[in-house]
Amino acid sequence: MALPLTRCCRQASVLLVARRWCTSTSSPVAPATLRSSPVDPATLRSSPVAPATLRSSPVAPATLHSRLLLFLSQQFYDIDMFLNWSSRWKHGSLRRKNAYYAYTQSLYGENIATAYYILCMKGGFRYVSQSEWFRPGRWGRLNWDFLNHRETLIDEIDMSNTLINYRGMDNLVGQTSLRTLSLRGCPEVDDWSLTRLHEFQDSLEELDISHCPHITVGGLSALSHLKRLRRLDISSLPGLSSPGLVIILLEEMLPHCLITATGYDLSLRPEGGKMVEQGQRSDRGRVLEGSG
Amino acid sequence: MSTRRGLHATGRTVPGLLFGSLRVTRRRTLLLCGHRGLSTGQPLQNDFFKDLESQFKAFRQKASDALAGRVWTPLANRPALPPERADVVIVGGGVVGWSIAYWLKKKERIRDGVRILVVEKDPTYSQASTVLSAGGIRQQFSLPENVLLSLASADFMRNIDEHLSVLNEGAVDLHWNHSGYLILANENAAPVMEKNRKTQRDAGAKVSLLSPVQLKDTFPWINTDGVALASYGLENEGWFDPWALLNAFRRKAMSMGVQQCIGEVTGFSCRTNIMDTVDGDCVDLKRITHVKVQMPNSLEYQLVRCAVVANAAGAFSGKLAQMLGMGLGPRSTIMAGIPVPVEPRKRYIYALHCPDGPGLDTPFLIDYSGVYCRREGLGGNYIAGTSPEEVEPDAGNLEVDHQFFEEKIRPHLAHRVPAFENLTVTGAWAGFYDYNTFDQNAIVGVHPMVNNMYFATGFSGHGLQHSPAVGRAVAELILEGSFKTLDLSGLGFRRILEQEPMLEMSF
Repeated sequence: MALPLTRCCRQASVLLVARRWCTSTSSPVAPATLRSSPVDPATLRSSPVAPATLRSSPVAPATLHSRLLLFLSQQFYDIDMFLNWSSRWKHGSLRRKNAYYAYTQSLYGENIATAYYILCMKGGFRYVSQSEWFRPGRWGRLNWDFLNHRETLIDEIDMSNTLINYRGMDNLVGQTSLRTLSLRGCPEVDDWSLTRLHEFQDSLEELDISHCPHITVGGLSALSHLKRLRRLDISSLPGLSSPGLVIILLEEMLPHCLITATGYDLSLRPEGGKMVEQGQRSDRGRVLEGSG
Repeated sequence: MSTRRGLHATGRTVPGLLFGSLRVTRRRTLLLCGHRGLSTGQPLQNDFFKDLESQFKAFRQKASDALAGRVWTPLANRPALPPERADVVIVGGGVVGWSIAYWLKKKERIRDGVRILVVEKDPTYSQASTVLSAGGIRQQFSLPENVLLSLASADFMRNIDEHLSVLNEGAVDLHWNHSGYLILANENAAPVMEKNRKTQRDAGAKVSLLSPVQLKDTFPWINTDGVALASYGLENEGWFDPWALLNAFRRKAMSMGVQQCIGEVTGFSCRTNIMDTVDGDCVDLKRITHVKVQMPNSLEYQLVRCAVVANAAGAFSGKLAQMLGMGLGPRSTIMAGIPVPVEPRKRYIYALHCPDGPGLDTPFLIDYSGVYCRREGLGGNYIAGTSPEEVEPDAGNLEVDHQFFEEKIRPHLAHRVPAFENLTVTGAWAGFYDYNTFDQNAIVGVHPMVNNMYFATGFSGHGLQHSPAVGRAVAELILEGSFKTLDLSGLGFRRILEQEPMLEMSF
C-alpha cells in the first residue's frame, strides 16, 4: 500500500515545510518530488498548479487559514472526489424518493401506489367522484382513508413545489383518466418529464408547468400529443429565451387550448436607444382565446 | 491583519527595497536546507521573469500592429509532442473517441490507473463528422442492438449532469428538442415497418404506428399521398447539439486526466507472431507496440509506446486500418479476408427557410424516398437532406452541389409538405459519413488478427446518437475483456469474416 504512505509523507512534509516557508508563492509541484517513482509528466499533471497565490507577510508565520488553503489546494483531486460524492448522494436521494413504488403496487394495486407516492412527495390529489382533496397533514401525517379506494381513479393531481422528476412520472402514468395536473414550481421537472405526458394524451385537460426552471422550448414541443388540453399555464419559465415567439407557436400548435403566460416582459426591446414599439407590460398577463 | 496586508502591498510597489531583502533571505535558507530542495514554491525571482513574459507579449503585440496586414508570430505556438508512453491511444477526437476516453477514465479503479492519449489531427474540427451532422437521435431501427444503443445513449443524455458535470463549470446544455421522428412508409415497406415496431417495443422504445387518416389528423400540413403507414417516436427521440455533447465529453475527460495531442497517426510499429495452422498455412498475429504520431505541418513525429489502440477515426478509419495491412495482401491470407470496409461518403445538408412551414411540433420527418427534413430553431428554418441513390459524390472534398437539392430533394419535399413549395435555400454544408460498405452498421470490437486494436467505427450516419453507449461498450471491452451492459458481439468482426451482413431494414 505504497500510495497512502507516500500521501501521508507528503502531507506531513507539506505541513512542516509550510510552517517554515510562509513566504513562498504556492506551487504544489513540490509534492511530486517526494514520490519514489520517477517524475514524469503524468505525475506532475496529477498535482495541479493552484490558481491562488497565497502570500503572507515575509516576517510573521502564515496563519492557520492560509496554511489550510494551501493544503486544500494541493489536494484538489481529493476535494473534487468529496464534492462528487456529495452531489452523487444528492442525486441518489432524489432517485430514491422518486423510485417506482413497486412494493406498494404489489400489495395494494396501482391506484393506491400512485396515491401513496403523491402523498409521500407532499402533493395532493382528488378522486373522480369526490370533491375533497387528499393532502399530507402537518409534519407529514397522512390521512389513511385513501386505502379504502382501491379502484377509484384519480381526477386531479397537484404536485406543485414537489421534487417530482422524470423517474417519478413512472408512478403517475398509470392514471389514464387524469384531467388536471399541476407541476407548478417543481425544481426537478425538465423537458424529459414533459415527454412522458404523452401517456395522458386522451384525458388531460389542464396542465400547469409555470415557474419550473429547467423547462425549455424543446420540451414544450412535446406537448403537441395532448389533444384534449384546454388550459395550459406556462408563466415565468426562466428557460425560455424568446417567450413571445414561443407563446405564438404554442397557440398555433394547440388551437383549442387557452394558454396563460404571465411574468414575461413582452415589450419590444429598442435597438440603439430608440423606442420602436411599446408592447404589453409585464404585470398584466397575456391571455388569449384560441379559435374554437 | 490589515497592517500585514499593507506591508504586502508596499512590497509590490517598492520592488527594490523589500525584494532585495527577500532574495537574500531566500538564498540563505536554501543553503540551510542543503540539497534536499523541499521548497513548496518557486523563488520570488519568478516575478522578474513573469514581467519579462508580459513585456515580450506587449512587444509582439506592438510588432504585429506595426506590420499591419500580416500575421507575424515569431515564436508561434507549436503543438506539443505527445508523451512517449500511454496505456491507451485513441485515434480520433470526435464524439466517439472522447466518449471512449471518458468511459475508460470513469471505469479505472484507481486514480491515474489508465493513461489515455487522444490523437486528433484537426483541432478546428473542420471536416469532422460529429459537428457537421444533423444531430438527430431515434430508436426506430430494425436491429435490436441499434435500438438498445440509442435507448442507452438517450438515458445517458437525460442524466448528463450526473455524468459530465465538472466542478465549478456550469451545467451541460445539449439543446434537446423532443419532437420525435416520423418515418413514412409506402405499401412495400409497411410490413417491414410493423415488424420493426415489434422489435423496438420489445427493446423498450415507445413508438406508435399511425394510419394515413391519423397522420393527417396529427399533422395537418402533411400530404399523405402514397403513405401506407407512419411510425412516430413518442419519447427519447429528437435532435440536439452535437458540438455541445462533444465539448462536454472532452471537458470532463480532460478534467479526469486524459491527454490530448494534435497530430496525425501515420504509421504503427508492430510485433508479429508467425504461427502455423494445422494445415500448414502461415498466420501472422500482429500486436501494435508503437503508434507513430506526426505533428501538423512538420516533419517531427513521436513514437508513442502503447498497450491498446482504439480506432475512432470515423470516416478515415479504413485508411488507418490499411496501415496495418488489414484487408491487404494475398487473397488466401486471413488478413486479407478481414478488411475494415469503412470509407468516407459525402452527404449534403441544406438549410432552408419557409415562413409558413410547419410549426413547433414538426418532427424529424423521413420520407420513404429517403428525403429527411427537420425544424431548426423557431424562425421558420429547416434542414433537409437525403442519401444519393446512384452516383456517390466525390469524397475528396467538402464542396456542396446545389443542383443535387433541386433535382433530388425539392420535388419530394414539395410533394410531401405542400407548404414547402415556396421555400428558399439559405445555406448548405457537407459532411462525411463513416460509411460501412459491407452492411452500413457499426463495427465494434477487437480485430482478430491485430489483438490490441479496438474498433468503434463504420456507423454510417448513426455515430453521434450511439456515441455514449458505444464508448461505454468499448471501455468495458478494453478494461474488462467483454461486454457487460450491452452485448454488441453481433456488431463485431465475426460477421465480416463469415461474410454475413447484418443489414438494417430501415433508413
